[in-house]
Amino acid sequence: MADGKVEFELVTPERLLLSQEADMVVVPGAAGDFGVLPRHSPLISTVRPGTIRLHDGAGEPAAIFVAGGFAEVTPERCTVLADEAVPLAELDRAEVERELREAREDAADTDDERRRAAAERRAAVAEAKLAELG
Amino acid sequence: MPSLKDLRNRISSVRATQKITSAMKMVAAAKLRRAQEAAEAARPYAERMERMLGSLGGSLAGSAGAPKLLAGSGDDRTHLVVVATADRGLCGGFNGGIVRRARELIEELEATDKTVRILCVGRKGRDQLRRLHGTKIVDVIEGVGRRSVEFAEADAIAERVRTMFGEGEFDVCTIVYARFKSAISNEVTVQQLVPAPLPETDGGAASEGPSAVYIYEPDEEAILEDLLPRNVSVQVYRALLENAASEHGARMAAMDNATRNAGDMIARLTLQYNRTRQAMITKELIEIISGAEAV
Repeated sequence: MADGKVEFELVTPERLLLSQEADMVVVPGAAGDFGVLPRHSPLISTVRPGTIRLHDGAGEPAAIFVAGGFAEVTPERCTVLADEAVPLAELDRAEVERELREAREDAADTDDERRRAAAERRAAVAEAKLAELG
Repeated sequence: MPSLKDLRNRISSVRATQKITSAMKMVAAAKLRRAQEAAEAARPYAERMERMLGSLGGSLAGSAGAPKLLAGSGDDRTHLVVVATADRGLCGGFNGGIVRRARELIEELEATDKTVRILCVGRKGRDQLRRLHGTKIVDVIEGVGRRSVEFAEADAIAERVRTMFGEGEFDVCTIVYARFKSAISNEVTVQQLVPAPLPETDGGAASEGPSAVYIYEPDEEAILEDLLPRNVSVQVYRALLENAASEHGARMAAMDNATRNAGDMIARLTLQYNRTRQAMITKELIEIISGAEAV
């Protein structure tokens, strides 16, 4: 580990998406965004749908949208277990709006308690995507 | 003694079979590579989740506030056995091995007066369990991983398990699947899903001193509340991926054997064909010569 850097790992159920060093990582925790610098206190947090910002060197931070999950922080490392992760730049507004509409329709249509909960979760994720797109 | 025509027919039919088995072998090899990659790619997530669960669960296990998925329902009378097999056969002893282990498990449980219910993932498991344990099968899930195993599919199965657990339909859930070792070998594994087993190592990690003391946001219970259901999905997903890789590996090995056996058989039949042909020629020659001598 290079001095003064955090090892950042982003993992989805399918694969290890990203493993790199960064100066600072900003994670959308359930209780608010938190920044992770090297030698951060050990922390486990749930992650809400939102954007992870990866600051490394100068220039724009890399932004990756995650649809919820968990984050584990140790003094050297920051690991995010994401349910789903997409680079923010690859999100398409029209696509997301369609997702949101469909999820809302599904939620309104179904009588099944569980299916509605699932649809509402999808809607919440889509809403978060829209909010991030601004 | 089969006639020449019979032998010719046999040879051509064996040759056709050999073509099929060698094609199946090639397909299985290609699928194996993809399945193996998927299984390996999914390992980091499961490993890290286990680590997180270990550090979380270690601090909460045994306390009254622990969620049911971790602490169990306080009973172990009813067991749910998830038997993960393939939908299709022609893969050597793959399905048979899993079903045999599942059957042993069921018998063990029943010997100690437990109620057993079965959830079959994959058609072959149902086919083989139906005769002895048909009444215990709760449901059969087919068509999983037809192309590749998706997390959503595993999540749906896990959701099913969680709902049943929530409604108190079972106390302990185990999954039987084949862990992928190499292209030619797998290991039938029995793994407990509910209540979540804690990794053995967490005792050591907790005593490491201040570095192992985590801050929890929002708090331990709330995180576990999210993490445990997720963990069930992840474990099912991993089992299905391992199973898929093992299945293709087993099929590849079985088809390789079949192709080789067909080759041996063709060689044997061809030899017999040639001998018969020569015997006939010799016989005809003798007939002609002895006919000419008689004149």
